Amino acid sequence: MTQDAWLPLLVVLSSLLTGIFIFFLGEQRRRTRSALNLAGAIGKLVLIAVMLWGVLHEHHYETRLPLLPGYDFVLRADALAMLFVSLSAGLWLFTTIYAIGYLEGSPHRSRFFGFFSLCVTATVGLALAGDLVTFVLFYEMLTLSTYPLIVHRGTGEAMHAGGVYLKYTLTGGALLLLGVVWLNHVAGSVEFAQGGILAPARQADRAVLLGIFALLIGGLGVKAALVPLHGWLPVAMVAPAPVSALLHAVAVVKAGAFGIVRTVYDVFGVELAARLGVLDPLAWLAGATIVYGSLRALAQDDLKRRLAYSTVSQVSYVMLGAGIFGPVATIGGVAHLVHQGLMKITLFFCAGNVAETLGIHRISQMDGVGRRLPWTMAAFTLTAFGMMGVPPLAGFISKWYLGLGALRAGQYWVLGVLAASSLLNAAYFLPIVYRVWFLPPKGSWQTGKTHRYFETYPTLLLPALATGLLALAAGLFASAPFSPLEWAKLIADREYR
Amino acid sequence: MPWMILIPLGASTLSFLLGERARWQLTAAAVAGQGWALAGLLMQVWEEGPQRHPVGGWGAPLGIDLRADGLSATMLTMTALVGGFVSVYALGCFSRDRAGGAYFWPLWWFLWAALNALFLSGDVFNLYVTLELLGLGAVALVCLGGEPGALVAGLRYLLAALLGSLAYLMGVALLYGAHGTLALDQLGLLVRPGIASTVAAALMTVGLLLKTALFPLHYWLPPAHGGAPVPVSALLSGLVVKASFYILLRLWFEVFPAALTPAWAQGLGGLGAAAIVWGAWHAFHQEKLKMLVAWSTVAQIGYLFLLFPLATSVAPAEAALAWSGGVYQALSHGLAKAAMFLAAGSMIHATGEERVESLDGISRHLPLTLFTFALAGMNLMGLPPSGGFIAKWLLLESALASGQWGWVAVLITGALLTAGYVFRVLRHAFLPPRPDARVHVLPGYMELAAFALAIGSLLLGLTATFPLTLLEVGAPFAGVRAMP
Amino acid sequence: MIGPSLSYALAGVALFALGLYGLSVHPHLLRKVLAFNVTGSGVFLVLVSLSQRDPGTPPDPVPQALVLTGIVVAVSATAFALALLRRLYALTGKTGLDDEPAP
Repeated sequence: MTQDAWLPLLVVLSSLLTGIFIFFLGEQRRRTRSALNLAGAIGKLVLIAVMLWGVLHEHHYETRLPLLPGYDFVLRADALAMLFVSLSAGLWLFTTIYAIGYLEGSPHRSRFFGFFSLCVTATVGLALAGDLVTFVLFYEMLTLSTYPLIVHRGTGEAMHAGGVYLKYTLTGGALLLLGVVWLNHVAGSVEFAQGGILAPARQADRAVLLGIFALLIGGLGVKAALVPLHGWLPVAMVAPAPVSALLHAVAVVKAGAFGIVRTVYDVFGVELAARLGVLDPLAWLAGATIVYGSLRALAQDDLKRRLAYSTVSQVSYVMLGAGIFGPVATIGGVAHLVHQGLMKITLFFCAGNVAETLGIHRISQMDGVGRRLPWTMAAFTLTAFGMMGVPPLAGFISKWYLGLGALRAGQYWVLGVLAASSLLNAAYFLPIVYRVWFLPPKGSWQTGKTHRYFETYPTLLLPALATGLLALAAGLFASAPFSPLEWAKLIADREYR
Repeated sequence: MPWMILIPLGASTLSFLLGERARWQLTAAAVAGQGWALAGLLMQVWEEGPQRHPVGGWGAPLGIDLRADGLSATMLTMTALVGGFVSVYALGCFSRDRAGGAYFWPLWWFLWAALNALFLSGDVFNLYVTLELLGLGAVALVCLGGEPGALVAGLRYLLAALLGSLAYLMGVALLYGAHGTLALDQLGLLVRPGIASTVAAALMTVGLLLKTALFPLHYWLPPAHGGAPVPVSALLSGLVVKASFYILLRLWFEVFPAALTPAWAQGLGGLGAAAIVWGAWHAFHQEKLKMLVAWSTVAQIGYLFLLFPLATSVAPAEAALAWSGGVYQALSHGLAKAAMFLAAGSMIHATGEERVESLDGISRHLPLTLFTFALAGMNLMGLPPSGGFIAKWLLLESALASGQWGWVAVLITGALLTAGYVFRVLRHAFLPPRPDARVHVLPGYMELAAFALAIGSLLLGLTATFPLTLLEVGAPFAGVRAMP
Repeated sequence: MIGPSLSYALAGVALFALGLYGLSVHPHLLRKVLAFNVTGSGVFLVLVSLSQRDPGTPPDPVPQALVLTGIVVAVSATAFALALLRRLYALTGKTGLDDEPAP
């Protein structure tokens, strides 16, 4: 039993301690640092695997430490937590390998990997948080640990991005905190519960509940990049590629989306939320974000900026799933949490490869890149199709469930949004795909990171291929046990029981 | 209990007599002695409740009664933690500056004795004497450098302190005239609303506000705290301003709860809010790092005063929350601000420059110090998991429970303003270093001492149950609970 | 009728106010220090006046003890202030606070 009580804490500590060690490691200790990084990442995965096995065999994992009189620091492994934890730990491993290759020879690597580990610690902590106080703790930790990553390069542009990021996220954090304290006052508890914390406080004043909901969604929506709170995300793409990959796929944006899912299902409870009439506005906001993000993506020439706006759009699928009442849409939204993570991290890895190997940052310079980087571009093309929602890829699965859920709930406008999004996705991804495969190269490329056998550093190429394959598998084997879709079904079953 | 005062007093005398000799040994022995005496006192308070000790067996009214309840014990612990680590830092700091060290050590031990005596005093006159000793010691420390700027800052501080304590003493005289006693607990039973108690309360409060440097009486603080040697700044910002705040707490919640009308409370809170904005604004626009940190103290003092409106004329549970939150803010600010000043001092020493702009690239050379500064800043912003977060949480909870939305807005805005000036420093640390930058080495234990304080402020956030329970020993906020 | 105690007390309050006025309007530091002493004397006078509550009874010793302690504190504070003032004058030739010290 005691082991069950410590496991969630160990999962969090496995990267926290690595991070702290790495901070104090000399800049030149490259091997030790890499070994520590990988050991931390793999150790975490092993622990999570044990927990997954345990959750399946009805173990109850919960760490509870007193924090304040009346509040505990709670880490708990429920189904939703396990989904997000597995995603972040898995992608952390790939991103670590990628970052080791990406940053080779650049300064401040100990600092970078130290904060990188803290960032993952915060994400995993968020995922496992069993109550809102713990959630807020890790939410702010995430803000603080990503700031140094965004400004890592120390250029004027990076500093500016860091400043914008802080303005948005700290304000969001303050709103969230206020919402949590208020919620605690109304409900008398902040511990997540299936069916909602507020279930006993149903009789509370409607205006108060609306106020709390607005504060929570406002605070979380900043990180989730809901329009009009998305302004920091496209600016923050000046960060090094592994950071963007992590930021867009798991860490920051997903933390916000995950928090909104938690708010709807485990804080308010989906039934109370539906009765309050807050689900529809959430869905509309998500729908508007989807279309707006895609439209803005269309106009970008900078590859990473286009991907950034694409994230703004794609992450809102998760909120859309939360905003449509009914288990089917929930499945779509929750599954997209993982699907979007796998696909977007691959896209950013590929963008980083192109930039590091050939020095190309703009889409207009990408003619014929597929000849020089066939494997990278194959992964890119595959996931781009996934994003568009081409069957049987992962994005299609999410959209299918979202659309089906919307039909069941009678929300026909959602189908319009989904169709528009697919078309727009095609409009901003297909030209890239066409350019890299079918246009002849313009002039010669500068040479960056090259390798004798591979098209670029293996540490850059292999993670991209691996996550690309995972994204493919998530779509192809969607009904296999342990697939993201199956977990999402499990979660939805429990929420609507 | 008397050991708490005798040990630093003895150390003061010895360090004056011994001078340069045996400094390390003396400091270590005295700090250890303090720790031992404090541990004993904490055990007693924790297990047996509030303690009393008649000095020399005389007893009140002619003798002096020392007393310790939960609030005293917590403040003493904060003093010991901050004092201990700042002493370690100072050992390094004054190992080069021998002349400064010769004056620093006796004065600092004297200041420590005054602080401990103040937190242990049970009557309003003894509080006056200790406050005066504290003020004189602090001014002497500010003037340590001896250059004109420090002297002007010191004189300004001295005049403010003297004026404040005279106003306070006048209040004491009025209280004694009206009630014939000086003991805090007896006064609490006797004081009734009326002209005499209102005038006494007003005089004492204004005097103490001047010493606590609450806006708009803060004018003396930034030059004094910003201009003093680094360990002195840390002690002044971390501890000394808390002492007069402590007396205010005692007065309002033990002596004058009957006279604490909402108008008073809201007024104090309003000044606090103004201090938060004004201090943060100036902190953001300072060129010199230490002045930034000093102005931050002006802002953070404002937070302490939010507890007055939040704890007045509300339900007892909400008042108790606000009271604990305010005190917790004082504790965590004590640790965090001391850590921040020490970290700032390390950076200034390493770069040899005082301006914020010259910190470019410091993350490479002083990672631990930068980390210290960041942790302390996190505490000031009230981000979890820090003591400042716990304080903010308690205050917010209390404000929401009693429906005082105005103060909620102040709390939230204040945190964001704090972030503004903290990140102004941190962002420079991440810039690439200047080509002409030269970095001096710093003894590792100095960096570690500052870091230990920052970790302490973090632990205050992670293990809040113990200090919060300790605070309630002897119910120092009984006055709050008695209110309707 | 105004008894001797009350007249002392009133005189004390007057001195206190006078001292405060002096402390705030005079730029010269020496005058400030003197004004501080006037203020202090006012407070002590009030305290002394409290010791004789009812004519005929022995005076209350406590205020006397307080005044003694207060005088000690005030004297040391004055000495300290004067020392600082002399040092400032020796270094800069200034006797006030308002003008910025010479660099």
